Amino acid sequence: MASNDSTSKTIIVALALCIVCSVIVSTAAVMLRPAQQANKDLDRKTNILAAAGMLQEGVGVEEQFSSISTRAVDMATGKFTDVVDVATYDQRKAGKNPAMSDDLGDADLAKIGRRAKYMLVYVVEGDSGLDKVILPIKGYGLWSTLYGFVALESDLNTVAGLGFYDHAETPGLGGEVDNPAWKAKWIGKKSYDAKNKQALTVIKGSVDSSRPEAVHQIDGLSGATLTSKGVDNLIKFWMGEDGFAPFLANLGAGEA
Amino acid sequence: MSTKIKEVLFKPVFDENPIVLQILGICSALAVTSSLKVSVVMCIALTLVTAFSSMLISIIRKQIPGSIRIIVQMTIIASVVILVDQILKAVAYDISKQLSVFVGLIITNCIVMGRAEAYAMKNPPIASFLDGIGNGLGYSVILLILAFIRELFGAGKLFGFEIFAVVNNGGWYVPNGLLLLPPSAFFLIGLLIWALRSWKKDQVEAPDFKISPNSSEGEAV
Repeated sequence: MASNDSTSKTIIVALALCIVCSVIVSTAAVMLRPAQQANKDLDRKTNILAAAGMLQEGVGVEEQFSSISTRAVDMATGKFTDVVDVATYDQRKAGKNPAMSDDLGDADLAKIGRRAKYMLVYVVEGDSGLDKVILPIKGYGLWSTLYGFVALESDLNTVAGLGFYDHAETPGLGGEVDNPAWKAKWIGKKSYDAKNKQALTVIKGSVDSSRPEAVHQIDGLSGATLTSKGVDNLIKFWMGEDGFAPFLANLGAGEA
Repeated sequence: MSTKIKEVLFKPVFDENPIVLQILGICSALAVTSSLKVSVVMCIALTLVTAFSSMLISIIRKQIPGSIRIIVQMTIIASVVILVDQILKAVAYDISKQLSVFVGLIITNCIVMGRAEAYAMKNPPIASFLDGIGNGLGYSVILLILAFIRELFGAGKLFGFEIFAVVNNGGWYVPNGLLLLPPSAFFLIGLLIWALRSWKKDQVEAPDFKISPNSSEGEAV
């Protein structure tokens, strides 16, 4: 089949193939985009609910999410802002964009490099006003950046739940951050001490519950010292002055 | 079913298995087999991609210029893979998240390319389609065996359901963490190759060279 190898035949086959393939691929991408977007949204909402300890089996996620309002927080002032549209704002992308984020320099405890100027938080309204607030957290563990949420009760101090939805730590060791038994240890712990200083920490080994500081301490994961350290750092960062502490103070004072 | 079809379909399962005889597709066999559920989806995805890309390539095999045939094959395979990836994202989002890059990496899976070049370029579409299914099955058998062993002994679970109560949750079973790490699949594949070649002796390769017996006294000087 020598004719197949002529220059013109080669170019025609290549062109025809490219056109056919690109039409098929782009049609599929466009047609399936709404379903994919819906899945992504549902996944994010499920993660938020799971972190807040509010996820119920058998009830629609959308329905459960209806009591939650999404707000953007200006990290510089610690107040709510309307500068960004919460429906389309992508804080992961913003965290990488120099125009939309701040270089953390020496304050970079969680080893994330940059912090987005605006962060999305989720406010759960109950019958008597504020019920819970869910904050996004991220930080570097052993191999990967852990992305998650921490939920606080209406006193803005007691942890209501914590969960990570994206990480690549070692399964069975650092991956135990997903273990429900370990996540349950966070519930009821206090983020700030009597002097309103950030105190929540992951320690090495088991917490001695007879000591007064036990209320701020979480057991480290055995066999995952560096992942535990990473979680400790990211909690300290996001609950600290460079994280959400100013926002929580404003929210508590009703000035957010 | 005629014997010809049977041969095309089932020969790749034990006699010419792509993983344990041809040692192709090892990358994904290491990466996704720590859980059965993910492995099953990966098997289905790879089988479909191999079958359909082989068929499509076979349909236009007489038009493909020899000088760009590999590129043409890659373009077709890549298009089919993107289709599968998009559909997975739309209907099985959780699983597509766990499979992450590995669906995309089916493009570089040697099994797909290997079948396209070795079989689909020379055979009619239906036979190529079946050959793709057969090789997908061969890949699937090994993946499922690996995933079964790794998930059961590495996490005490099968399809996410607890089989052995693990110590972390107050049970008795201390999971073997190594089995959840990719290198364990290497050891398991090695053992499978050993087992299969003990059963089917004709798969044992002829040695590349022979070590000669100890030199005699006369030669050594």
